[in-house]
Amino acid sequence: MTEDDLRHLIGRVKRGDLSRRGFVRRMAALGLTAPMATQLLAVTGAAPAAAQSVPAYRPTGRRGGALRILYWQASTLLNPHFAVGTTNQDSSRVFYEPLAGWATDGTLHPILAERIPSVENGDLAADGRSVTWRLKRNVRWHDGQQFTADDCIFTFEFARNPQVGSVSSGSYMDMEIRKLDDFTIRLDFPRPTPFWADAFVGPSGQIIPRHLFGNFNGPNSRDAPTNLRPVGTSAYRFVSFAPGDTLRAEANPNYYLEGRPFFDTVEVKGGGDAVSAARAVLQTADFDYAWNLQVEDEILLRLEAANRGRVNIIEGGNIEFIQLNAADPNREIDGDRSVAAQTQHPAFRDPAVRQAMALLVDRESVSRFIYGRGGPATPNFLNNPPRFRSSNLPMEFNVARANEVLDRAGWARGQGGIRQKDGVRLRFVFQTSVNAPRQRTQQIIRQACQRAGIELELKAVTPSVFFSSDVANPDTFTKFWADMQMYTTTMSQADPQRFMNQYVSWEIASRANSWQGRNIVRWRNEEYDRVFREAESELDTVKRAALFIRMNDLICGSHHIIPVVSRPLVSASLNNLRPVLSAWDSTMWMLSDWWREA
Amino acid sequence: MTQYLIRRLLIAIPSILGISVILFAVLALAPGDPFEELATNPAIPPEVRQNLRASLGLDDPIHVRYFAWLTSMLRGDWGFSFVSRIPVDDLILQRLPTTIAVIGASQVLAICIAIPIGVFAATRPYSIFDQIANTLAFVGFSLPTFFTGLLLILLFSIHLDWLPFVYRTQLDSTGWQWWWDQVRQSIMPVTVLGLFQGAALVRFVRSAVLDVIRLDYVTTARAKGIPESAVTLRHIVRNAMIPVVTLLALQMPAVFGGAIVTEQIFRVPGIGSLLISAVLANDTPVIMAVTFVFACLVILFNLIADILYGWLDPRISYR
Repeated sequence: MTEDDLRHLIGRVKRGDLSRRGFVRRMAALGLTAPMATQLLAVTGAAPAAAQSVPAYRPTGRRGGALRILYWQASTLLNPHFAVGTTNQDSSRVFYEPLAGWATDGTLHPILAERIPSVENGDLAADGRSVTWRLKRNVRWHDGQQFTADDCIFTFEFARNPQVGSVSSGSYMDMEIRKLDDFTIRLDFPRPTPFWADAFVGPSGQIIPRHLFGNFNGPNSRDAPTNLRPVGTSAYRFVSFAPGDTLRAEANPNYYLEGRPFFDTVEVKGGGDAVSAARAVLQTADFDYAWNLQVEDEILLRLEAANRGRVNIIEGGNIEFIQLNAADPNREIDGDRSVAAQTQHPAFRDPAVRQAMALLVDRESVSRFIYGRGGPATPNFLNNPPRFRSSNLPMEFNVARANEVLDRAGWARGQGGIRQKDGVRLRFVFQTSVNAPRQRTQQIIRQACQRAGIELELKAVTPSVFFSSDVANPDTFTKFWADMQMYTTTMSQADPQRFMNQYVSWEIASRANSWQGRNIVRWRNEEYDRVFREAESELDTVKRAALFIRMNDLICGSHHIIPVVSRPLVSASLNNLRPVLSAWDSTMWMLSDWWREA
Repeated sequence: MTQYLIRRLLIAIPSILGISVILFAVLALAPGDPFEELATNPAIPPEVRQNLRASLGLDDPIHVRYFAWLTSMLRGDWGFSFVSRIPVDDLILQRLPTTIAVIGASQVLAICIAIPIGVFAATRPYSIFDQIANTLAFVGFSLPTFFTGLLLILLFSIHLDWLPFVYRTQLDSTGWQWWWDQVRQSIMPVTVLGLFQGAALVRFVRSAVLDVIRLDYVTTARAKGIPESAVTLRHIVRNAMIPVVTLLALQMPAVFGGAIVTEQIFRVPGIGSLLISAVLANDTPVIMAVTFVFACLVILFNLIADILYGWLDPRISYR
């Protein structure tokens, strides 16, 4: 099926000649999954996105009671624009709201906005240079003040102010804001911007009140009393907060949505460890919900057997993957190594070696024996939302074929059974962070490699060093002074543009950018650069999805990276709790809609 | 005496300065910064991180940072936490009540167990009671708190479902119910810590009492016909307590320092858990403040112990 046929069909759905179900059925016949087909409809505006992305809110029985949430990391401050780390972003989200949030199927859901801008409703400029947000008119801050466009404009200025030092500033650069009236704002972009839903959306889009932060838009921002006593617009308002321990909130009686919230009080307790957090929900039912359970699946299954709670698995874009260095980590140039501009990896520059490495990674076993439900095997780097997932790549574990590929390329077995060619021996240093599942994965890969005449030297670095940005430390993952490395990269937005810039040539990590460049594998490919540039300004959603799929196929097909398992978000909740979760937004993004079955 | 005090306090100043230099240097040399989590988040450009580092002065040379810290510390400004952006002293003060309640209660429990058992065992050495007390004491201080803690949780929270294993600072109940809930959630952490410390203390009390019990003045007291209970309480225990009191005084800083492992297991928001989370988040000002206060308390209580010693035993004089 060509793009034209697809467009024709979508057009028919829009006009109403073809039912949405009919469309999905035809797509399924062509091998497209149902979620992907619905996605296509949603992104082209042929289906009301919000209607299907968020489950219906229909509490039965008596309302009220307490909602108790357990985090094994404690939140330390409640200003979303200072929130280093997920825990603080989530805790802030109990009180503050953005204009829109990301539902777990990767579509936008309006929160403080009246509706989601689109070309069809005229709020999104057809040339992609501006977007107009219309705000809800009946929203009040918890202290009774009216919420208006001024608060959005203030948040914009606050986040951008370099003296404030906010962590969300990246979402507000390269654009201008204009107030059209008290309840309408417009963002103007210098270039056509297909990913316009960044400012005021999701975790970094939480809007703070101008009347309380107005005097703190500068170096004194950390003195604002509201940093610890938030006044937001959400369904729950502030009661008390002990940094590093407990956060308490109560129902906001004046919430703008009818019939919400469900609970009288919310308590978010922090600290401890993930296993006992799972226990407190699944086994003893002391808490209603436990966040981010990076716990062996075996343990979770055993705890679930108590039948008091269940494990929620939400698919997102986080991926555990292996990088094969494109530069030479063993040649020192002016005190630096892995210099992509001047060196090439002596073995990995041969596509046959990379292909063999990919054939030697037994993803199925890693997934089955190590990660369980918390890590399904995948051949793709870009896995979600489903509309961006490629179906072109195979996932094969085959030692015999790896041997064959290497034999054909002239890598002959030498001393000790290790292959070599022109004085280059297939002996690699494989580093990762200290973390039990990662060390077990390293072992599985080493065993397979041994059978193909490749020797791996395993190295494990303390996470606080490995993931640090310390320019003086040789063991950081961005310096990559090793042949191979493995870690999880997170995809925090439903739009893959930021995620896929990890392989463009101008992001190659080097001394010049203090190894902060995002292209850590140091891979360079002209076609990838071109396709990425194209996607940056492509406004047609279907074409843009195709471009991202092409990028995924290019980088995965080069075998410079080898995806291992995707890492869905795992949490636990009591059987009777109905949380609304999303992989693309904060855990608390729709706390207003959580309820308990009678 | 006054002269002695002044001299000791003056000697304390260079040692405190030395400690602060070492702490500061070690923390500055340690890898990582508080914004690590930002590094792996693709939505945050690296410039944001560099800007944040610069705004907190993390890029200045180490001696500049140390003197900035020292001068503000002398002015009573403890700095603010990189992670929660509130003053460090507020953070510590928030944790202090819980720490003192839980760790203090466990110390009291340890003393209440150790002194009677230790004295009783020493007055009847090698009796069955002494043997049992000794064995239990050895078991007690050989089992680490993280093990006994988990054991108690498994037994009382999961199998029997009697006690909660998540410590909550803000209970919903009021009045007597509040006290009851408070006791219920404190029992396990207090027991774990109290038994651990009590076990070591039993051995100490027993040997201190055994030392005294053989002395001639005790025999004299008995010969005068004083009842056995009075001999034990007035003549033996009082003198045997001198080393015990010193030991207890030296343990007092630990009440402030909290118990890192036990606090983590039971989610008690004490100073120990503040320290460990600050260490994990590379929140240097908090680590610095907690360890520094701890060092000062150790020096202070050493001095107090020395003074107490002289007060309990007039033969020791200060020159």
